[in-house]
Amino acid sequence: MADPFLKVQDLKIHFPTDDGLVRSVDGLTFSLERGKTLGIVGESGSGKSVTSLGILGLHNKRNAQVSGEIWLDNQELVNASPEDVRKLRGQKMAMIFQDPLSAMHPFYTVGHQIIEAYRVHHNVSKKVARKHAIEMLNRVGIPQPDRRVDDYPHQFSGGMRQRAMIAMALSCDPELLIADEPTTALDVTVQAQILDLMHDLQQEFNSALIIITHDLGVVAELADDILVMYGGKAIEQGPAQTIFEAPEHPYTWGLLGSMPRMDRPVADRLMPIPGSPPSLINLPSGCAFHPRCAYEPQTGGLGTTMVPELTEAGGGHRVRCHLPSTERRRIWAEEIKPKLEAGQ
Amino acid sequence: MTYIIRRTIGALLMLIVVSMMTFAIFFLVPRWAGGSAENLAARYVGRSAGAEEIAAAAERLGFNDPIWLQYWDWIKGVFVGSTYDLGTGPEACPAPCFGYSFISRSPVWPELVDRMPVTFSLALGAAVLWLISGVAVGVLSALKRGSIFDRAAMSIALAGVSLPIFFTGLMSLVIFSYQLDITAPGGAYTPIEDNPLEWAYNLLLPWITLAFLFSASYARLTRAGMLETMSEDYVRTARAKGLPNSAVITRHGLRASLTPIVTIFGLDVGLLLGGAVLTETTFSLPGLGKFSIDAIARNDLPQIMGVVMLTAFFVVAANLIVDLLYAVVDPRVRLS
Amino acid sequence: MRRRSVTAVVMTAALTFSVAACGGGSDDDKKSNGGGTEQAFNASVGNIFNPSTKTGGTLKLAISEDWDSVDPGDTYYGLSWNFLRTYARTLTMFKPVPGTGSEELVGDLAEGLGVSSEGGKTWTYKLRSGLKYEDGSPITSKDIKYAVLRTVDKDVLVHGPTYLGDFLNLPAGYKGVYKSKGVNTDQAIETPDDKTIVFHLKQPFGGFDYFAMLPGTAPVPEAKDTGVKYKEKVVSSGPYKFENYQEGKGFSLVRNPNWDKATDPNRPALPDRYEVTLGVESNDIDNRLISGDLDVDIAGTGVQPASLSRVLNDPALKAQSDNPGSARTWYTSINPKVAPLDKLDCRKAIMYAADRTGLQAAYGGPVAGGEIATSLMPPNIAGHQKIDLYPAGADNKGDVAKAKEALTACGQPNGFSTTMAFRSDRPKEQAVAESLQQSLARVGIKLTLKGLPTGDYFSLYAGKPSYRDGNNLGLMTNGWSADWNDGFGFLSQIVDSRTIRESGGSSNLSIYMPEVDKLIDQAIAETDKAKREAIWADIDKKIMENAVVLPSVWSKALTLRSKNATNIFVNEAFGQYDYMMMGAAK
Repeated sequence: MADPFLKVQDLKIHFPTDDGLVRSVDGLTFSLERGKTLGIVGESGSGKSVTSLGILGLHNKRNAQVSGEIWLDNQELVNASPEDVRKLRGQKMAMIFQDPLSAMHPFYTVGHQIIEAYRVHHNVSKKVARKHAIEMLNRVGIPQPDRRVDDYPHQFSGGMRQRAMIAMALSCDPELLIADEPTTALDVTVQAQILDLMHDLQQEFNSALIIITHDLGVVAELADDILVMYGGKAIEQGPAQTIFEAPEHPYTWGLLGSMPRMDRPVADRLMPIPGSPPSLINLPSGCAFHPRCAYEPQTGGLGTTMVPELTEAGGGHRVRCHLPSTERRRIWAEEIKPKLEAGQ
Repeated sequence: MTYIIRRTIGALLMLIVVSMMTFAIFFLVPRWAGGSAENLAARYVGRSAGAEEIAAAAERLGFNDPIWLQYWDWIKGVFVGSTYDLGTGPEACPAPCFGYSFISRSPVWPELVDRMPVTFSLALGAAVLWLISGVAVGVLSALKRGSIFDRAAMSIALAGVSLPIFFTGLMSLVIFSYQLDITAPGGAYTPIEDNPLEWAYNLLLPWITLAFLFSASYARLTRAGMLETMSEDYVRTARAKGLPNSAVITRHGLRASLTPIVTIFGLDVGLLLGGAVLTETTFSLPGLGKFSIDAIARNDLPQIMGVVMLTAFFVVAANLIVDLLYAVVDPRVRLS
Repeated sequence: MRRRSVTAVVMTAALTFSVAACGGGSDDDKKSNGGGTEQAFNASVGNIFNPSTKTGGTLKLAISEDWDSVDPGDTYYGLSWNFLRTYARTLTMFKPVPGTGSEELVGDLAEGLGVSSEGGKTWTYKLRSGLKYEDGSPITSKDIKYAVLRTVDKDVLVHGPTYLGDFLNLPAGYKGVYKSKGVNTDQAIETPDDKTIVFHLKQPFGGFDYFAMLPGTAPVPEAKDTGVKYKEKVVSSGPYKFENYQEGKGFSLVRNPNWDKATDPNRPALPDRYEVTLGVESNDIDNRLISGDLDVDIAGTGVQPASLSRVLNDPALKAQSDNPGSARTWYTSINPKVAPLDKLDCRKAIMYAADRTGLQAAYGGPVAGGEIATSLMPPNIAGHQKIDLYPAGADNKGDVAKAKEALTACGQPNGFSTTMAFRSDRPKEQAVAESLQQSLARVGIKLTLKGLPTGDYFSLYAGKPSYRDGNNLGLMTNGWSADWNDGFGFLSQIVDSRTIRESGGSSNLSIYMPEVDKLIDQAIAETDKAKREAIWADIDKKIMENAVVLPSVWSKALTLRSKNATNIFVNEAFGQYDYMMMGAAK
């Protein structure tokens, strides 16, 4: 079997600080094929954004300790020279950022920024690059792209800006596209349009897509695989269908329960997760999730003392939980699933 | 377009207000303080003048006229010129007539014009130096934050900001001009049109001294600005595009931190064009700053008035240019 | 040699603003090395240092500000009167020699001193032959007449002294050559031929030769006179002429080819060039004098406080310096018009109680300040008599017992209160006021200090009788320097009560003595030099007896000699190096 297009092996990104070692990403392993979509889900501080920056080599290099392996199309990135990684950035792998108003330079026109992205990797004239930029804007559904190309980011609406951001990221036909909270800043109708657009473009370019989000709903329809992160670690990962239909980690249940839905106000959540995400400097002992876990008492004290292993639950489904697999499946089937369905 | 017109009108109004205030300070306040027209006039005649001469001078200088009329005459002189009587017959003071000094016995404007090249040479030369060195050091410091370079540069910058120019100036004159004999002594100035090389050689030390003072604050400003912009999302975006580091720093990071620097640079240069008082005094350069100090020492009101107005003009003009530049630099200003 | 002192230079520069404590520099240091070349303290006071007759070279001069004018008819600065002799010749001049010899007047344009007739009312001068301007045209007596008459117009040429206009028998209402064109002035000045000039005065004046020394008698060709603008193009009658002139910046002088040494026995004209820079920063001037980059600080007022201790403490530098006195007295006027100072004994109490060393320290000490003064008239005024009516004790710190006696005598045994005015932007005068406040407090005299603006000190405040009397100004700091070194040149403007005007502006703040006024008139009319000088000395004594002036110091300055200059000595007529006599080594 050929190696997967993207393979991340035991990736660790640690930041030594005055207050102690921050393990932002702590032993992450996953892989992704061309044309497939991976959703990385987690609350803020779970390490999901650092993961994506780590793949692109955009993490703060001066004070980060990175270990593990990242293989992109059979090229290792963790130990590659910064210059080699830079050449891949924007070309082979590109990123779409959250909040395009701050992610685009306010002093340059949208066109300029796309042209710049294109010309870094393509030795073409400005004129050719401009034509390409207009074409890209057209591709992402911006009306009158030949005129809007000379507009500044602040002259665009939020959705338009996100489309422009996508156009910029796709300008060099990247094979790996990472979208970090691509729809968070947008209202619900625009969210759907942007997600559709990304899906269509992914199909068209046959690129691998990683969508990073705190909201399972965003990746519900797009993702082929889901990776749920908590406290810098994967706590559940597997095919999207499995995660949505037979999730086994109490945290994932919580995420499913708090999924905002179009037919319900966001505030009206069925099963909120109590407490708040842990500080990465001072992770709880044992299972990082244990202070918020309703089933912690059933672990017989293991939850507070021992970090659970990520164990295979069948069909590529892996879960990091002290509860026995049978018990997890029982709770899901008997307690959680009916509640979620009742809420619908 | 309306932005430009609005700013220009504002600048003109500002100049009028400044002229009125200056006039009031120098010609009205002494009167309020109890001085008579003769007391004012006594400053314009020699120490052996009698009451009769003083009274004649007061009349001739218009100190007996109502203040608004004196102001009007002054403003009128700026636009259409004026004539003065020195006792040997009327003397023309062609527009722009910024008044006539009865102490130096000459119209103020030609003296200002005469001093301008010195101040311009000093200010602009130093400005180029401090802008380049200040920004360069600031950028490097920001990129190498916490390094020995950063700490050394910032300590020197602190010294530069806090050391008075007459200290650094006199010290450097003694060391570099009189002991090592590698720079020109104080007071040396050659017009650029006479000999550009000598011009630069003579001004080298004043430039460096003045630039040291300013580049220090520019380095600090640039460093702070760079630290802020380099952590902006759009800089991360620029990296994500695969731009080389140098392009990320200059085109994206520095470009955005330049806005406040451009603002302050404009005001600093504007103010300096009105006379780098301390530098010119320390290095004995006959520029506008030295001129204004001398005018104040002599209590030469028309000269003081003239130099204040000229400084005000430069500052207001610099402000206007900064406003307009601001729009060029930051499209959000232009289009809002 | 130069390199070695870098550290010292830097150290001193670093301490630039520390106050110099000064010691030494008394007259004992004065060594007699008659015309030597050995560097020594005061080597050019009373002697010519490094005498030379070698011509050539350039003298570089600088000043931190500017002076009133280079137009000889429009200037009142001593340094200007000293320097202008390089490019302007007057009827008479002080003999340019070191020591007291400079008290003597000699002919310059004139062959000799004036011949008086009508008991001193008429003065006649004969010009030398072959006198020429820089353009080769002859200098005639008519040019001198024109020059004198132009200085009469104080509306145009505002700066110079008024003596000639005041004393000449001009037609009534005569306003000078500009406003009274064509008016016949022969009743004041006659020029019977091109080589003779006759002055007619309103009243006899025995010291007219001093007037003939005034720069106003330097000839001005009428055709070249441009009124106030003449300073930009002064036509030379001396050995040097203006090469260029930049208002407020500087000028240079080069040799005047039409000057004939045969017509001028007084000027050696050694250097080829004089280069004068105006507006040089004063500390920079000191540094450049020390480094040899500059030859003369034209101001002649001595080094800055920052350089003072450095010069005094460095033997090599001290040997390169001089400590000349000048005809200037710093003093405090005691106002007899405010109670209780209207009583003589109350005024005497102040004279006794004052700490003279404190006053000397306030002005900068014995070297930079001056010698403790015991009367108004400085020692280098011809005919000076030592007068010490109020001995201040062995330590010169005042005689408290005598002061208390005087207070009892004036009916204020516990002291009294009064106000002391000083010029607020003059730190030295503020120090004077503070010193007096302390020393007078010892006998119960309480001073309220009042700083007043310098610019209007005489016109609006201390010099205006209604203000000073109305505001109870009992004591007022003050100072005066001689127009020239005789009694008239020093005293006439500051002791004559008739100069006091209700409108203000007089330099006489406290002397209302009819007997002094009478003596002044006598002295003016006296043609015998010795008798005249005796009268002036008597005036000085009468003023001290009346205790209306508390003298502080007769001014001295620590000046640096140039390394490049030759033939250098202090001309006591100016209290400065004689700029006209100097030569340049290179």
